[in-house]
Formats: sequence, structure tokens, C-alpha cells
Amino acid sequence: MKRFLGMILSVCILLGLAAAPAFAQEVTEIQFWTWRPEDVDFYNKTIAAFEAANPDVKVVQNAIKNTEYNTILSAALAAGDGAPDVFMSRAYGGLQTFADSGYMLALDELMPELADFSDATRRGATSITDGKIYGVPAVSQTMLCYYNKDVYEELGLSIPKTWDEFLQNLEACKAAGYEALANGTKEGWCCEFLFGGVGPSFYGGNDFFDKVVAGETTFVDPIFVDAVQKIKDLTPYMPSMYEGVAYTDMQASFINELSAHFVGGSYEAGYFGSENPDLNFDIFAVPGEKAENPAYVSVYADMNFSIAASSKKQEAALKFLRFLATKEFGESMVNELKMVSSVPGVDVSANPFIARVLELQANNTPYLFLVGFRYEQPTGSSLFQAEAQSLMVGDKTAQEICQSVQDGIASYYAPFQK
Amino acid sequence: MAKGWKKAGWITFFVLPGALIVFVFILLPLFMSLFNSFFQWNQLIRGEFAGLENFKRLFTGYPYQQRFMNALGNNLKWFAMTMLIQNALGILLGYALSRGIAGSGFYRRVFFIPVLFSIIAVGFLWGLYLRPNGMVNSLLGALGREEWKRAWLGDGSIATYTIIIVNIWRWVGFPTLVFMTAIDNVPQECTEAAYLDGVNEWQMFSKITLPLIVPSITIITVLTIIGSLNVFEQVYTMAGLDGPPNYATDTIGTLFYRTAFGSVDSGAPEIGIGSAIAVVIYLLTFFVSLGSITFTSSKEVEL
Repeated sequence: MKRFLGMILSVCILLGLAAAPAFAQEVTEIQFWTWRPEDVDFYNKTIAAFEAANPDVKVVQNAIKNTEYNTILSAALAAGDGAPDVFMSRAYGGLQTFADSGYMLALDELMPELADFSDATRRGATSITDGKIYGVPAVSQTMLCYYNKDVYEELGLSIPKTWDEFLQNLEACKAAGYEALANGTKEGWCCEFLFGGVGPSFYGGNDFFDKVVAGETTFVDPIFVDAVQKIKDLTPYMPSMYEGVAYTDMQASFINELSAHFVGGSYEAGYFGSENPDLNFDIFAVPGEKAENPAYVSVYADMNFSIAASSKKQEAALKFLRFLATKEFGESMVNELKMVSSVPGVDVSANPFIARVLELQANNTPYLFLVGFRYEQPTGSSLFQAEAQSLMVGDKTAQEICQSVQDGIASYYAPFQK
Repeated sequence: MAKGWKKAGWITFFVLPGALIVFVFILLPLFMSLFNSFFQWNQLIRGEFAGLENFKRLFTGYPYQQRFMNALGNNLKWFAMTMLIQNALGILLGYALSRGIAGSGFYRRVFFIPVLFSIIAVGFLWGLYLRPNGMVNSLLGALGREEWKRAWLGDGSIATYTIIIVNIWRWVGFPTLVFMTAIDNVPQECTEAAYLDGVNEWQMFSKITLPLIVPSITIITVLTIIGSLNVFEQVYTMAGLDGPPNYATDTIGTLFYRTAFGSVDSGAPEIGIGSAIAVVIYLLTFFVSLGSITFTSSKEVEL
């Protein structure tokens, strides 16, 4: 009797299991990797919106710390197993590493809507080897000068139209007891973005960029050396012992209203706002010598979303990727992350800060070393970062560091070798 | 006969897990690095066989030659300062503690506590203390020594030494303990006989104690050599992966990591050259350690 009941039970279970798939929908699960643990909640919301519209796809997010992301991602893609299906990818040289290794899927045919994206944003997602686009451009960053509006009001200052006015403003802030400029130089990349904010108005923006990339001029061109000298001229206004001030110290100083200016990227705004909601800040483009010349800002594409070539769920991954190329997602990036989305046609009226950034972007030029010279070792960025640190403490002159950077890049850069 | 086999079997059984771990996690990656260093790499994909090309580029090519020599120079600074200050301090403190000065039981424990701290925590916290407006400068200001204030980690001429001193602070308890034990183990008959012969404290130390603790000196020296060549975490947490400012704090450990894996802001990975650096580090460590063991062993004195 017992045995008979046992047999009936097993048959029922088997039938149940056999019938189950017929009732449940085929759900594909894809892995999505990001380097923004800070934005986990935002992406969870995005995923929820996507899954509501696409019930047959489930997205699992995995956020990895920024500094470890490249290493972990390369290891996973090389191993094949445990690799993500959709992942955040770096722009320019960082993209090149993965595209050349065959880890990314080319999106030219799969996503024709990418043709509508602007040239500048597409450049960050395109491989220079074969000209194909390997990612959906997500955000662009701009290098500008943040200033504390309350301090400006207190001291009766206005947005400078020339470099001399800028120095006068800094002087006034210093005299009033504030740290005029929060920037320090302990970390190399801080020197690079300081130059990204200050330099372009002096070296002539796009004219210089186009010429130097083509090899028609060099980094020892007097106009460039002069631009480099300008960041050295800012040292009297930097915190005392600025060579020991690290990135987080700079941010803390501006957030806590100890300093009046901060030259940095548009990505800082979200952090500043969340750390100190009372901070009343705004931005301007660092001006050049004359008021008539446009004040340039360095701009670069910062982030793409790509599909792994080894992914076994390309169809589902593509659905998610298309979602990340929509205006709705672009708008959510603008409103919640306060970053300038690369998606064309995004309505920014709800966010005055982003609107202001786009206003300044009218005079944009590529962020020199990142866009043009970060494809081979030693990258223009690594050379400039290290040399600029020597410049800022007075160990080397602007002419010397420009020569070092030129020689370093010329060792592999074909247009410089003719 | 069977008993011999059984014994061998048991020995193998106990040694096997450890041997397996050493093989998989240490020997195998070592050979793979060696293998990788003989190939050309296109980003993350292995290309064609390149023989000693990577090593040639490392020692003669731009910028690797100057980076490597600079980094090696910094490692030598690490070794010299650690030997001269940390180990000398270790012998001094070890001698004082073994002579039983007042409070030696307390000091023994206190000196050893930093050794137990996580290196990352030590690096991070000291990085905060050494900021321009951090604890160290504030203390100097409070003592009325404004002119001694520095950007300890930002000034290229003192950054490496600052990091070395923090490391010495952390590690000095270890040689202290080792030397204290070694000095305690010098047979009493020797020291008593020496006292009866009328030697003073210095002669006692240099002629009797020192020769008899040479095995400990050997161990500490070899560990110092290995430590100086492998230093990575201290520089990574206090200065950064690129060895700022302008490579003044760079070591072959950070150079290797940066080359093989790339650094976020400025570098794409170059796996071939990175593997070559790893092989060079290994060979350097191996031969220098071997040399120092042979040298100090010859100084060992039989009782």
C-alpha cells in the first residue's frame, strides 16, 4: 500500500515538473556590470523599468569598485565563464583594449540608432583600428570651474571674463581668508584635469587639437608651453603645501566652503550636491587672455555600454542595450545622476545645472590627452600627469615638461615621427 | 620494508596539501609569467612568440628602462634604510629588552602591536595623518616648529623616506622580538666566563653576543631583502599606483602591477612587459637572497 502511494506521488511530481515550463515564461537572465557602486540604486530603478517593459528578460547588476574594474573585467572576459553580458566600458584607449582583443560586439548593424549620436560622443565608442562602434555612448564630461556663489556675493565678485579678472577674483578670496582654489597636485590626474579646465582657452582649443593630432604642430609650440605655464601661475592661490593635497581633500575643502573655487569635471556636481545640500555653487568656463575669445571647456566621452562578444544571450542583451540608448534613460541620467547624457534629444529643462553645462559646451574642445593620446604606452596622460607634478612644485619649467611629453609621445606616435 | 613505505606514505599525506597550494598558487603562476613574457601581446590576447624581446624592451626601451631603474633605485633606498634603521633599532631594542630594563615586559608587547595591524589600515591612516593639515603637521605646529611642516607625501624629495619610516614604525617589533629571543639564547656560561675575564659591555656585545646571533641576523636580512623587493601595499595606499609625485615613490612592485594590469587614469595593460618585470623581480629576489644566506652563513660561529 505504502509502495503504491509512493509511486503515485513520484508520478505526480514528475508530471508537475514536466508541465511547469509550459506555464512559466522563458526568462533569460543577463549579467550587467558597472563600475559605479555609488549608483547601484539608480541602476536598480533602471532595471525595474526595463523589466516591466520586457518581462522575458531579467537583469542582474554587479557593481565593482572603479579602480579594480578593468582588472576584474579583463580576467572575466578572458576566462569566458562568469563574464558579463552587458557591461560599462571605458572610452577611447580603454575601449581599444577590449575591442582589439575581440571581447566586444560591433554595434554598427545591430543598432542603427547610434548613427544619430553626435560625432564627439561616437568617437569615444569607436575603435581606431577598424572604425566600428563598440558601445552605446552614455555620458560626456566637461572640465570647468566651480565657484561658491555665496562667497562671490559676499565679496561682490562676478564671473570673470578674462584671465586677469580670474586672478583678481582669486586674490580677493585669498585676502578674505578663504582658500582661493581648492586644487592640489598630490595625485597626477588632478594636474591633468586642472589643465583640462584652464589650458584650452590659451592653446586655442580645436585648432590646436586638430593640428597636434595630425602632427602639424608639436607640444613644444610656444602657444602650448604658454598654456601649460598658466597652471603654474595658479600655485599662489592653491592651498599651502598643495603638493600634498589629494583629490578627496580638494573635494572636502570645496564642499565645506573652505575654498571658493574648484576646477574639475562636471561629474563632481552630483557629489557636491549630495554631500552638502546647502552648498550654493555654480560653474563658469575658465577664460583666456581676452574677453572676445571664447572660453573653451575640455569635453570627453566618459562611459559606454557594450555587449560581450562571448555572451550567449545576445538577443536579450541587445534589448537591454537598446533601452540604454533611449531618451527616457538619458533623461533619468540627467535628472538623477546629474550627468550630461550622450543620448541625442534629451530634454534637460528640468535640470538647471545640466542646462548650464550644455551652455558652456557651446565652446567645446576634446580633452586633449585622453581623447588624442591615450592609446599606446606611455600614454600622453601618464606623461603629462607625472611631468606636471614636477612643474607645479618648481622642479622643472613648462618648456622642459613640454619637451619631455613631446619626446615621450614621439617615441611611438607616427605623425610625430616624420 | 613495509614500515618504511608506510612512513613515506604518511609524510606525503601531511605534506601534500601544502605542496599542492604552493604549486597551484605560487609555482604555476610563476611559470605562466615566464611563459607569457616570451610572447608578444596585443592588448589582452597573446600574439606570436617574441623570444627575449620583452626583456630587451624592458632594459633598453623607452620608457621602461628609466622607469625600471628609477623603481629599482627606490627599492634600494627601501633596503638600505630598513637595514640601517629598522634592523639596527631591532638589535638595540632586543638587547635592551633582554637585559631586563624596567618595564620590558610591557614594551615587548607594545612594540609588537603595530606588526599585527593590517598593512592597508596602517597605510591609509598614516596617509591621513601626513596630509598638509593632518595630525603630524598640527603636532609640529603645536610644538612651535612651523618651519618643520612639510607636504610629507607630496614632496618628491621626502615622500619615499616618509613611507619607509611609516613602514619601519610598523615592522620594528618583529626584529626586536627575534633578536631579543636570540640574545636570550646565548648560553649563560659564555657571558659569565666573559664577565670573569673582565670585558666591558661593548666588547661583550660585539665579540660574544653578535657572532652567536648570526643565524637570526641571516633570517632578518633575507626577510628584509624579500620585503624591500616586494614592497607594494605601502606605496599603493599612501601614494598611489603611479608612484607620484612624478614616480618618486615608484617601486618595482607598483611598476609591475601598473604595466601588467594598466592603471585607470593613464595606462593600458602591457602584459608581455609586465610578465617580464615579474620574472626579473623573482630572479632578483632569488639570487640576492641566496647570496646573502651564503655570505652570512660563513660568518656563523660554532659554539
